[in-house]
Order: sequence, then C-alpha cells, then structure tokens
Amino acid sequence: MINLAGRDILNGWGKFVFTGLGLGLLIGVTLSMAGIYRGLVDDGRVLLGNAGADLWVVQRDTLGPYAEPSNVRDDAYRALLGVKGVVEAGNVTYLTMQIEDQGQDVRVMLVGFQPRHPGEPGYLVAGRPITRSHYEAIADIKTGFRLGQRIRIRRHEYTVVGLTSRMVSSAGDPMVFVPLRDAQEVQFLKDNDALVNERARIAANPAFSRPGVPGLLEAVQASQASSRTVNVVMLRLATHADEATVASNIRRWKHLEAYTRADMDGILVAKLIATSAKQIFMFLVILAIVSAAIVAFIIYTMTLNKVREIAVLKLIGARNRTIAAMILQQALGLGAIGFLVGKTAATLWAPIFPKYVLLLPGDAVRGALLVLAICALASVVAIRAALRVDPATAIGG
Amino acid sequence: MPAAIEISGLTKRYGVRDAAVDALKGVDMIVQPGEVVGLIGPSGSGKSTLLKCLGAVIEPSAGRMALAGEAIYDNGWQVADLRALRRDRIGFVFQAPYLIPFLDVTDNVALLPMLAGVANASARERARAMLAALDVGHRSQAQVAQLSGGEQQRVAIARALVNQPPIILADEPTAPLDSERALAVVRILNEMAQRFATAIIVVTHDEKIIPTFRRIYHIRDGRTYEEAGEGRAA
Repeated sequence: MINLAGRDILNGWGKFVFTGLGLGLLIGVTLSMAGIYRGLVDDGRVLLGNAGADLWVVQRDTLGPYAEPSNVRDDAYRALLGVKGVVEAGNVTYLTMQIEDQGQDVRVMLVGFQPRHPGEPGYLVAGRPITRSHYEAIADIKTGFRLGQRIRIRRHEYTVVGLTSRMVSSAGDPMVFVPLRDAQEVQFLKDNDALVNERARIAANPAFSRPGVPGLLEAVQASQASSRTVNVVMLRLATHADEATVASNIRRWKHLEAYTRADMDGILVAKLIATSAKQIFMFLVILAIVSAAIVAFIIYTMTLNKVREIAVLKLIGARNRTIAAMILQQALGLGAIGFLVGKTAATLWAPIFPKYVLLLPGDAVRGALLVLAICALASVVAIRAALRVDPATAIGG
Repeated sequence: MPAAIEISGLTKRYGVRDAAVDALKGVDMIVQPGEVVGLIGPSGSGKSTLLKCLGAVIEPSAGRMALAGEAIYDNGWQVADLRALRRDRIGFVFQAPYLIPFLDVTDNVALLPMLAGVANASARERARAMLAALDVGHRSQAQVAQLSGGEQQRVAIARALVNQPPIILADEPTAPLDSERALAVVRILNEMAQRFATAIIVVTHDEKIIPTFRRIYHIRDGRTYEEAGEGRAA
C-alpha cells in the first residue's frame, strides 16, 4: 500500500518544512526551559560536590548557608573537630555583592574560605590556588575575570590567581573565592564613618562607662571592629563515620544545625529552587498546550484542504483507518521535523544563556515522546473531521 | 447472462413527516453488460440521488437493486461491506477528474487495486496496462498537475476501470471539456464498455454527447422514462 502521508508531505514539502520549522522553534524554547531547570539543579549539586564536605554545620533552626542567613562563631570549628568522626573542618562565608570591572558591574557571590580545608574550590581550570593570607582571589570563569587581573572588593584590591568553573550560587551568580579573613572583613566589618559613629554611641552609653570597671568601654569598642562570624562550618568525616550519627551528635551537644549532603541536596532542590521549578513547569505546561493547539490547527487546516480528496478516497473504498493513518502520520511527521529543529535550536542557543542550560539526552527522549504524543492527540480533531466527510460529496448535485 | 444493473421500484425519501421530500418515486432501470446509457434530467429531478443510491453511498428507502444478478439492495442492504462493494464492483468517474494531487498518474490508478489488497508491484502493472489502453501510458510517471484536462479525465476513467467492475457511474464526465474532447471521452467509454463488458451509466446535461447514446433514461420528478430506438446514434 502506498504511504499516502509520505507522498502528501513530499508533494508539498516546502510548506511542511516551514511549518515544522515554526513549530520547532517553539519546541526549542520548551526544551530550553527544561534545560534551565536542569541547569539550576545541576549547579546546586556541583556546588555541593565541589565543596568537598560531608556535613554543613550552620546556625540552629536555619536552612543555611544557601537558603537562609546563618551565623556561626568562627571558633566553633575547634569544638566540632572534637566530635567523634570529624577529621577536617573549614569556616566558610558567603556574600552576594556587586564588583566593578572596567566600568561594568559584575554580580558575584564572594566566598571566604580557608585554603586546604573543606570549602575551597574543587578544581582550577587555570592559575594556582591561593597561597597568601590576603588579597588573592580565585574566580569562576563566568565572572569574565582574567588571571593576574586586579579587582577591587570594597576597600581592597585583589589579584586573580586562579580560575575555576561551574561554581555559581543558586541564583546563578559566579563565585569569587578569597581568604576567610578578607571575606569576613568585607562581609561584617563596618566602614570608618560607621565605626566612628558606633564608638561615639557606645561611649555615650553609661552602661559601658561604669566607674570601677576600667577597660570595659575599650573592650566593647574593640569588639565592634572585628568579625568572628562565619556562615557555615564544613566538615569532612572519617571514612567509617556515619554522617547521620555525627550530625545528630552535633545537633545535640553543640547546639548547632548539621546537614548531610542529602539534606543539603533536598534544601537546594526541593526548597531553594522549588518556586523557580514550579514557574518553569507552568511555562512548560503552557508551551505544551500552545504547541498542541498549533499542531491541531495546522493539521486540521491541512485536512480541510483535502476534503475532496478524502471524499474520493472514501468513495473508492479507502478504509477509515487508511485515512486516519494518513492524518496521524502527517501530524507525527510534523512533530518529528519540529523536534529535530527544536533540539538543534536549543543546542545552538544554550551556550548564549547567562545561566547554565543543561540539555540531558533523557530529557530529549522524553521531549520527543511528548511532542509525538501531543501531535497524535492534536491530530484527533482532524481525524474526526476527516471521518465525518461524506463520500457522497464527491458526486455532484 | 444477467443484466449488469437491474433496478426496480427504487424510492428515496429525504426528511420526515411534513418536511419529507421524495427524491425517487419508484425508479426502474436495466442496463446490460457492455452497454453505455445516458441518464438525463433537469436539476432536482433525482439524477444525483439515483447515482448515490447506485454507488452505495446513500441508502434507498425501498425497492431493489441488483448488480450482475446479485441483489445488493432489497428493501435493505444485502451486502455487509459497502466500502468493499464500491471498491470492487463499482467504478466512478466524476465531473472533474478528482485525482489525488500528491500521487503520480500510475499510483492514482494503482491505488484502487492496492486498497483491494493487491501487491504494489502487481497493482502498478495493472495500472500501467490500463493507462496504455486509454492512450495515456506515456504519462504514467507524470504528476497530476502536469496533465491536460483531457488526460486527467482519461486517467480518471482508467482508475474507474482498473478493478474491472461490472458497472461504472459517470457523473457529467464531459462537463469541463470542449466538444472534441467530450466526444473522445464518450468514445473511450464506449470502447471500454465493449472491451471489459462493463455497464456504464452517464449522467449528463451535455447536448453534444446526448445523441451518442443508444439508450437514454430521462428522469423527471423522481421517475425514469426510457427513450430508445433504432434511430439513435451508434
């Protein structure tokens, strides 16, 4: 039997291909949206993986450090190192801020870390690790910074000595790693005017200038000019240690919150990007409906243009399933062209997006099946119209 | 030898009660194998209704129809698969050729045997033979849009004949053609009727071809009247 759908497509291939091209761009947008969601999840997981930590210890009753603010004393790590099973601890701070680079603002997440401790970037793509105690930085390549470039962060200039990649915050901001002390200063230290004002305010407070307590005022004022806080203490455990048990001990005895890698994964994926995921999912649903409506409209119009041929086919004895198969195959053909165009377009424009777009082969397969299912569903209206065509209309009168 | 077409007391009523219209009021007709008869009547006389009943696309209200001696309708359809009946035992030629534009000439003709389950190669062989018989064999690879009006109508006739049905129903097949081509189509229909012993009913208004029929059925107000005689053209 002749493949009627194939012959019809070949006969009007230009119209068919251009229609598929239009549909394909729509499918490309849909695939990109799925890729953006996957990119969000993957960025979060890479962030956790590159930290090299087994436990994240944060302020009690918070989901820190990525989802909620968390403040932990920077000497807490000493006590944590005493917990059974903990072999390494590293203080880390996070601060989202703007850095000026050649007149352009670059939004980054500033990370303070202790070199050779948990929390340092997992790998470098260029340059070297931080070796000095101050004013050196490692930047994610998405910042656009170059090796040797000097960047100003608040009061001081830093030299970019290393470049890393795939180190971005959950908001997609690339990270800049600096020594912990520098980051604490940037994050918690007040500017000079604020310090002067604060000192005057404290000096005016009679509670800090009590007679018979010499040095109290100076001690209080000195505490205002130093920062002893970090956002998280990252722990690396011994190979035999059970994460859940260590976390439980920290919660019980150290009055801090401890999250395992699985907990952090849940916080990042299920909580932090949940709203974005829902937003993207809604967009995907709307795009799927729009695509289905467009395919249905195109196939329906193509079918209506063939009413006479369909009537003749029915009159000369073509079965309903032959006619239905012709329309279904055309809808699937349109979907296949659309998917190929969409996949190609999404692959080509993914690197242009400012945030990471991860196009997974599994998503492509699911997308292809979904497109074909939508096309099959959309062809139902046209098939119903074709089956209602009266063969008698081929005979005049 | 039984008549190719035998119709008796065929009626067709559209609508019900006060809105009922009797399109056919007891049609009688007999057409022998190899015979080409004309069916002539004014608009609304029931020509198309009769053709649709014969073509098994609408159901008559009462009466009897038989093809080659076998009743297909006797106050109810006598065959279960009307599609197969149309495909295997009735050929259609329309006012316009109504060829399938996305198939080439051979496949337009071969489609019928293919629908009947004949293998593609055999169906195409039969199609090419039929196209050759109608003098359009040289256009077998052409697309429909590349054919002239006369060539398209010949291909349509080849399609109607390819399954060698006992009857062909032709609905004003010469309407879009000039005199020369119209007479050529009628000549072909006569030749094919003789060659394949096919009975052909030609519905027409075309004054040019009416004198060519040996027998004519006039249809008025849903009833047929036969006009025949030695004096009619051969």
